[in-house]
Amino acid sequence: MAQAAAIGGALEERGASRGGGLARRRARIAFLLCLPLIVLVLALVIYPAFYSLHLATLNKSMTRFVGLANFAFLFKRETFWMVVEQSVIFAVGAVVFKALIGFVLAHLVHRLPQRGQRAWRGMLLVPWVIPPAMSTLVWWWMYEPSYSALNWLLAGMGFAPVAWLGDPYWARFAVILVNVWYGAPFFMIMYLAALKSVPAELYESAEIDGANAWQKLIYVTLPMLRNIIAITVLFSLIVTFANFDIVRILTAGGPRDMTHVFATWAFKLGIESNDIPLGACVSLFMFPILGFAAVFILRDVHRRSRELAGVAA
Amino acid sequence: MSRPEMAAPGAEKAATGDLRRQRRWALWSAYACLGLFCVFFLAPPIYALVTSLKTSQEIAALEGNPWLVRDPTLANYAALLGSSTFLRFFWNSAKVAVIVVAVTMVIATLAAFSLARMRFFGSTALATGVFLTYLIPETLLFIPLFQIFTWLRDLTGIEFINRWWILCIVYPTLTVPFCTWILIGYFSSIPKELDEAAIVDGASTLQLLLKVFLPVALPGLIAATIFAFTVSWAQFLYPLAFTTSLDQLVLPVGIVTNLIKGDVFNWGQIMAGALLTAAPPVLLYAFLMDYYIAGLTAGATKG
Repeated sequence: MAQAAAIGGALEERGASRGGGLARRRARIAFLLCLPLIVLVLALVIYPAFYSLHLATLNKSMTRFVGLANFAFLFKRETFWMVVEQSVIFAVGAVVFKALIGFVLAHLVHRLPQRGQRAWRGMLLVPWVIPPAMSTLVWWWMYEPSYSALNWLLAGMGFAPVAWLGDPYWARFAVILVNVWYGAPFFMIMYLAALKSVPAELYESAEIDGANAWQKLIYVTLPMLRNIIAITVLFSLIVTFANFDIVRILTAGGPRDMTHVFATWAFKLGIESNDIPLGACVSLFMFPILGFAAVFILRDVHRRSRELAGVAA
Repeated sequence: MSRPEMAAPGAEKAATGDLRRQRRWALWSAYACLGLFCVFFLAPPIYALVTSLKTSQEIAALEGNPWLVRDPTLANYAALLGSSTFLRFFWNSAKVAVIVVAVTMVIATLAAFSLARMRFFGSTALATGVFLTYLIPETLLFIPLFQIFTWLRDLTGIEFINRWWILCIVYPTLTVPFCTWILIGYFSSIPKELDEAAIVDGASTLQLLLKVFLPVALPGLIAATIFAFTVSWAQFLYPLAFTTSLDQLVLPVGIVTNLIKGDVFNWGQIMAGALLTAAPPVLLYAFLMDYYIAGLTAGATKG
């Protein structure tokens, strides 16, 4: 990183020594190289994001400014509060289990002999590689009540059949389970990479001090992994909060709208019911969590990107 | 969680034979635990495979173990591969993926090269902004984008909605920020001596990028390419919102909306279709696993 800073400085000096013109030319080239990226982000990310703020203040036919009437309308609807509740349950529940399972798996793989690790890691990452829409289809088929593969297994173990997607509370569980299945391998990979970067001497000296495995976990592993845990959990929270595919394919929000999350409800209102302003309104509720996350991430990333961008901080 | 040595603190004081047995036991319980997780993780794809090999009659028959197949048949695969709509979906997906990967790599490489080595007013803020952009989910943008494309149609007379190439315009918003970010990382790790040597030899900026940076950062380029391909192949929300006609659909949406018609579920074909759709990214992963994982961990990313 320091090297990057140094070369940036070196190039700068070189430009400066031949007069300001060359430095300006270099800066212009640098800007031109970034121009496609800037145009893309401005036109297709920043502008739409602000445009949705504007859309949210229009009436259904988008002919009249109605101020915050759409929001007032949402707040009065019971479904809206159910969606808020379910989005939080879905995101928090799924992220907690993904992080826990990922952490356990990373530890288990980490302690295997080196040459076996690759194969296990390879197998465990498969859910992450399959396009989520496709794996959700398969889960849907496994949840299917009359031909259900899962209920057959349950019956084999002596349990009563479960209406996986028919019962609202089981359906809430079912969508979370699929998200955990899909996302846990990612956490495993991140934690495994982080575990490998913890210096072995730390564990050795802990062992000399008489620490048992539990103490090593609490006093060595967790503090060393704190950053990566925080950042993966935060990112995953954003992505899970904004999840669309799983709920859309498994339940399309049903039964009785109890599994809708913000994304699927916004799709239903905005695209399917053709009420674009109301849909935009609903999707805007994903902003607060983004803003919250952005504050935390900015602190970390700003530092990193300053280093990467070659600016001597 | 299996941490058997926790049960016996102070084991390090025990005889070495004891310790070895304990280690072995710990290893075996780790294997057992991992095995269970593997069953959980691999059960859906395996069940999809089993179902895709069954005839409709066998699927409809309710007796017996659903996880086993009695008369394996490739009829479902044959039906899909012989169907022009399925091939059309595949072809659309392939076109979109190739174009998106190409566009992404050009934009991301140029920007990353500039942000990693050069400097202009606002370049630091831009590097940070790129990363934040990556965190804005597509579920926030699909409604305004839909409206913008409708508006553009009224303005220019060109139909944007329900055209497969619209996806080539919107997918880069998902791929470019992350690819730029990981390429900045790879480019920054290239020793400055290499650029200096090239500059002393009289290389232009373009030559520096093409002859020095690209070959040296090849692993990063491969990781970014894999990422861009996987994202554009798997994306579901944008095509679901922006395309509807049979001949414009890409694979994931085509299979979900078209193979499931009313009450008639042809599960064998649906599962075969899901597996065929999953095949390209899974194969890519099987052969380039290390690049795939490098890309994942390089950016500290989504999950």
